[in-house]
Amino acid sequence: MNHPQVIELDSKKPWLTNPDRPIYLDYQATTPVDPQVLEQMLPFLTHDFGNAASRSHPYGWTAEKAVEKARQQVADAIHADPREVVWTSGATEATNLALKGAAHFYSGKGKHLITLRTEHKATLDTCRQLEREGFEVTYLEVQEDGLVDLKAFEAAIRPDTIIASVLYVNNEIGVIQPMVEIGKMLRAHKVLFHVDAVQALGKIPVDVEAIQADMMSLSGHKIYGPKGIGALYVRRKPRVRVEAQVHGGGHERGMRSGTLPTHQIVGMGAAAELAVKLMDSDAQRIRQLRDRLLKGIQARVEETYINGNMEHRVPHNLNISFAFVEGESLIMALKEIAVSSGSACTSASLEPSYVLRALGKSDELAHSSIRFGIGRYTTEEEIDATIELIAGKVGKLRELSPLWEMHQEGIDLNSIQWAAH
Amino acid sequence: MAYSQKVIDHYENPRNVGAMDKDDSGVGTGMVGAPACGDVMRLQIKVNAEGIIEDAKFKTYGCGSAIASSSLVTEWVKGKTLDEAMTIKNSHIAEELELPPVKIHCSVLAEDAIKAAVEDYRSKNGNRAAAHPEAALAQAAH
Repeated sequence: MNHPQVIELDSKKPWLTNPDRPIYLDYQATTPVDPQVLEQMLPFLTHDFGNAASRSHPYGWTAEKAVEKARQQVADAIHADPREVVWTSGATEATNLALKGAAHFYSGKGKHLITLRTEHKATLDTCRQLEREGFEVTYLEVQEDGLVDLKAFEAAIRPDTIIASVLYVNNEIGVIQPMVEIGKMLRAHKVLFHVDAVQALGKIPVDVEAIQADMMSLSGHKIYGPKGIGALYVRRKPRVRVEAQVHGGGHERGMRSGTLPTHQIVGMGAAAELAVKLMDSDAQRIRQLRDRLLKGIQARVEETYINGNMEHRVPHNLNISFAFVEGESLIMALKEIAVSSGSACTSASLEPSYVLRALGKSDELAHSSIRFGIGRYTTEEEIDATIELIAGKVGKLRELSPLWEMHQEGIDLNSIQWAAH
Repeated sequence: MAYSQKVIDHYENPRNVGAMDKDDSGVGTGMVGAPACGDVMRLQIKVNAEGIIEDAKFKTYGCGSAIASSSLVTEWVKGKTLDEAMTIKNSHIAEELELPPVKIHCSVLAEDAIKAAVEDYRSKNGNRAAAHPEAALAQAAH
């Protein structure tokens, strides 16, 4: 049976470029499905639509075979055993399963967890929920560059600490935590190590053995796979147990029930394999683009500040504050590019990015920040157009800004008594 | 975030951007907001001998709605007496610009800016002891 090609399958062509839409530079938020991945997914929606749990006929067997192939692909991507991979509806669910599942199972041993202030909301909100259930959580401060201080981390470990959760690569500022050292330290203290590797997979090598991870959350839609699929790695040796959060049939070795979405799983497996294959070439090209963007902006715009450590960082992320200009007005000015900001105005609450504030940045710099996420399909032309746009619009907004005027007159803004309301 | 056409218009073509000499006795300067909140508006008015606002200038550090609110206000105060300018309410600004609920505070700040500018002018011209606009602001801000 033929299935029509929905889209032209040439991943070298910058097929995202479209004069009617802004240049996409928000790859940390999400990614489009790679054409090679999409092609593999489609048959499982129409022709090979069986339920992988149907053991008695070829429809089920075909689906099961595809699921197990994808499981192997994800396991290979992180140097794990396929039996250690549990499919979920996304990384958020994976993190919920890891933290709640392990906390409940091991609550007899202790009720203390450690994490960082700069974690993704999936971790932070799950920790808050565990606190409501009677667990205690320590939210560690990070240093100005976004990295955690290992001594402070070790000092926070208590005899009743059961789990620590760390974001491998930060989604807002792209910094890479010292995972090997953290893993070693946690193993020595017999604390379970949960890693949120959502932004790490496909950008840097991820190896559960090298960092001694006990659990790891992964996401499909950050690696050019579909949304609505993720995986949780759960170590077998030594055995880590998690209590299921979703019940109903005992799928995934009892850890996560529910009919497996074959097409989604195939997508994630294919995306993971492709991501590892293209990792080095992608990273090299993206690094060049990032450097070009940074040099271009710094040559044309004064008073810019990079948020987060530049050395321990993925090249796919550039988070810059443009002093004396407010973030949402900047994004409004940059309507030809799609980016996100750490400005309060752009979040539904009026609070600036908690990650940037944890770095000790003044609220003003948090308000004036822009996150550029570069990806597989970003072109040099798009970068050059972005530089032009930024230089022009920042200039225009600074002309509108009383703070810029005062700065140019040499007034120290910290000395002013603001009549805030 | 979808902006109303009017907000976009004020943002793309802001009216009366600039600065006046704040030491000029005919000028009232109102600076409200704080960088920590992501909104700072400076509104300046030039008042003539008859007590009419003959010119206004603004500069704003803030989002599109904040810029639009302050730009709109410079248009509205021109030609008004000081008392008339003081009757401008944030609800009028919000309605004119079709501000969504989450942006209403921008219009409130613009209303505060008018009041601060008027009070600064009055304190300079009614009360010779107020030498520095910031001190007048601190007095006027309550």
